[in-house]
Amino acid sequence: MKLDARVPGGPLADKWSRLRNDLKLVSPANKRKRSIIVVGTGLAGGAAAAALGELGYKVTAFCYQDSARRAHSIAAQGGINAAKNYQNDGDTIYRLFYDTIKGGDYRSREANVYRLAEVSNAIIDHCVAQGIPFAREYGGYLANRSFGGAQVSRTFYARGQTGQQLLLGAYASLNAQVAAGNVTVRPRTEMLDLVVIDGRARGVVTRDLVSGAVECHVGDAVLLATGGYSNVYFLSTNAKGCNVTAIWRAFKRGAAFANPCYTQIHPTCIPQAGDYQSKLTLMSESLRNDGRVWVPKAVGDQREPGDIPEAERDYYLERIYPSFGNLVPRDVASRNAKKACDEGRGVGPGRRGVYLDFADAIGRLGEHVIRARYGNLFDMYQMITGENPYRVPMRIYPAPHYTMGGLWVDYYLMSTIPGLFVLGEANFSDHGANRLGASALMQGLADGYFIIPYTLGEYLAGAKLEAVGAGHDVCRSVVAEVEARTAKLLAINGSRTVDSLHRELGMLMLDECGMSRTAPGLTAAIEKIRSLRDSFWSDVRVPGEGADLNQELEKAGRVADHLELAELMCRDALQRNESCGGHFREEYQTEEGEALRDDQNFTNVTVWEHGGGDAPPRQHTEDLIFETVHPTQRSYK
Amino acid sequence: MKLTLHVWRQRNPADAGAFATYELEDVSTHMSFLEMLDVLNQDLIAKGEEPIAFEHDCREGICGSCGFMVNGVAHGEQPGVTVCQLHMRHFKDGDEVTIEPWRAKAFPIIKDLVVDRSAFDRIMHAGGFITVRTGSAPDANAIPITTENVEHAMDFAECIGCGACVASCPNGAAMLFVGAKIAHLGLLPQGQPERAARALRMVEAMEREAFGACSNFRACEAVCPKEISISGIARMNKDFRRVALAGPAPARGKRR
Ligand SMILES: Cc1cc2nc3c(=O)[nH]c(=O)nc-3n(C[C@H](O)[C@H](O)[C@H](O)COP(=O)(O)OP(=O)(O)OC[C@H]3O[C@@H](n4cnc5c(N)ncnc54)[C@H](O)[C@@H]3O)c2cc1C
Ligand code: FES
Repeated sequence: MKLDARVPGGPLADKWSRLRNDLKLVSPANKRKRSIIVVGTGLAGGAAAAALGELGYKVTAFCYQDSARRAHSIAAQGGINAAKNYQNDGDTIYRLFYDTIKGGDYRSREANVYRLAEVSNAIIDHCVAQGIPFAREYGGYLANRSFGGAQVSRTFYARGQTGQQLLLGAYASLNAQVAAGNVTVRPRTEMLDLVVIDGRARGVVTRDLVSGAVECHVGDAVLLATGGYSNVYFLSTNAKGCNVTAIWRAFKRGAAFANPCYTQIHPTCIPQAGDYQSKLTLMSESLRNDGRVWVPKAVGDQREPGDIPEAERDYYLERIYPSFGNLVPRDVASRNAKKACDEGRGVGPGRRGVYLDFADAIGRLGEHVIRARYGNLFDMYQMITGENPYRVPMRIYPAPHYTMGGLWVDYYLMSTIPGLFVLGEANFSDHGANRLGASALMQGLADGYFIIPYTLGEYLAGAKLEAVGAGHDVCRSVVAEVEARTAKLLAINGSRTVDSLHRELGMLMLDECGMSRTAPGLTAAIEKIRSLRDSFWSDVRVPGEGADLNQELEKAGRVADHLELAELMCRDALQRNESCGGHFREEYQTEEGEALRDDQNFTNVTVWEHGGGDAPPRQHTEDLIFETVHPTQRSYK
Repeated sequence: MKLTLHVWRQRNPADAGAFATYELEDVSTHMSFLEMLDVLNQDLIAKGEEPIAFEHDCREGICGSCGFMVNGVAHGEQPGVTVCQLHMRHFKDGDEVTIEPWRAKAFPIIKDLVVDRSAFDRIMHAGGFITVRTGSAPDANAIPITTENVEHAMDFAECIGCGACVASCPNGAAMLFVGAKIAHLGLLPQGQPERAARALRMVEAMEREAFGACSNFRACEAVCPKEISISGIARMNKDFRRVALAGPAPARGKRR
């Protein structure tokens, strides 16, 4: 497999504008004749479908929810970054680029990240024009807040619902294109396979989630904007339906998968309350500004927090990291919480939790100040746990949150299958081994509004595309494969529910391929995943029928793909003999227990190619070349 | 605790549907309402029965997927929450709980508790947007907006499109939903150029669907999980009346 990132020449800051000078264009008359398939209507897919519709392409957009407005992007809370420098605090495009590269622990491509920072400002302009009610200051100008990993204040927000407002903006622009007749939206329709004809992506095979009808849709290019795969862990902060199916099916048809093991486990989430738990809720990271993290010093101490005297508490972040204290980055905070619980010092039901205590802050500032700062979050905590965090310390525990890995794309956002483009969280492109807060929304909208409308044209203008219809032989055979798989899932009729198998997979992945990883653990996990996969295919029970709304069938298909992805994640984690960002291999740490990168051998992207049938995947690498920044060791002591 | 559930079961739109009763033995007070249904569904599957179909995704009150009647109240009796945010600690041992789908002419039942809310999307297609070509916007700070207006717009923009308002209205009206969008965009300077046309198109689209009229019961406002105010309906009526009196909408190529 040949990997060419197609990064344009010239100085970093000129690459994108130079490329735009040279890109081939598609004439308006020809755009009308081009049909584009967009899978996903989150920030990335919704923005892309709208922007391409505006250009005159014929777009069909798919999502599994009952409306395009419900994609998982809707749940993002904190905000979106841009290098506007409205605060006059020294922000520049270069600084946003630099923070993002460093935050990613020097494992992303310079040129892509620079372009992201470069288009960030236009995103904010466009979103304001769409009517997004971003927070403002008293003079009527836009307000900003600070986020982790940056020393400037560059995050735009709409209360605690930034993702909701940005998505409703993209949905509105999509609606305008539906009204104009350029975009057709197909909700409640799940992509189950990719159609590749003569080496090019030419369509998708979908299942109508209400009627069960399996159909082929053909087009001149296919865009996947289907989000991340944190649900491989079963419990995560993602929406229940988030899944890997679309990109996994594309992987099996030849699209390479990059850095599958790079996942972000967010430190401040509400811990699991019981075995019935269905998902985990994120609590904003901002709480660590005033809350102090602690566990009892003694193993197995089961006293109520109020009964544990000060001298018997371990404020471990303050102890280990005196200069950053409770404000260490996400990966460091998460790892230390896990360690405390592994030692038997965890708190709350199941002993998988640590305290986040506001007693000092309330004593120092008064309850009213804490209420003004975090009232919403405290209410949400109380609604879920039934405990009053003004009186007893909050309990928190890390939860899978975001996946930096995804399908490999070049500078044009094209995968290794010509004509298949990948946008948003579904690609691997911009966050390296760790994503900074407020940068996923930025990336999704950058990809959709400001990058793909340019780079797609280059592909379409340069490709000779024969007309194909849904009756093409390849389409028929892929439809038949999808139907056969559905029939197979329904026919097993074993004894285990889809959820029970998914939970088992999730627990295994969290233990062995979560916050910290070891070679023996990963090797054993691969064997266990295989046997779990065998159990799935011999013993799962999927009730109901195929020609009907069947939510268990939907879940079963997704879990089957997660069971395959999980093995690739472990393989990837096993071969990366270093620690970087969210990937912590216990064998590779400094004397103080911090992540130890191996820049000599691993300044690269690991790119996996499907082996075909049951053959093992083939491993490739894309070397990362740092021309502008110089990788350094992170230290928070 | 023990609970008795009466759940609406309906195989498909053509099926007449009926309540089925389930006895739950061991419900933890820490569970969410949907987790309680998950546990029941696992049991049903084990027994070879079909699980109860219900819609959900984010499970944190923001996507608007979930929603059904709990003891006759949309999203249950707790104010300001969606049913995915409802917790079992609000119930007590021995309670009987009746669960049924949204009942509204404009929202046909698909299966069990799942209904078809696509009428909402069709109203949005008709005019729920500001027309702005990507890349053509001026600097985001070019037009200052008072915090008052922005916060007021945000109060309406928080609508999650769940449909509780329609299901609770004796007439099955969609006024709170449509009013919220019209108010959100109408309160911002960016929304002014299309304000009249938007009201006309959205109201016309609403009338093409099977929604009823508003007779000021205010049931919608009472159940809205985002506590959206009916003052949005007044804004919608005002905008609509202004265009309706002024004659047909400005010509715009294709009429939407
Ligand atoms: C709780 C939470 C809070 C967050 N807060 C922030 C924040 O403050 N700032 C920030 O920058 N980022 C935040 N993030 C991350 C960010 O929200 C996501 O990374 C981003 O929204 C992903 O957007 P997307 O468009 O790539 O995918 P998504 O929004 O996940 O959309 C995926 C789309 O694909 C569709 N789809 C998926 N599979 C299929 C299929 N097989 N067939 C058909 N359709 C399919 C879905 O229906 C959906 O429309 C947060 C994430 C979480 C979980
Ligand atoms: S599941 Fe998203 S609002 Fe309830």
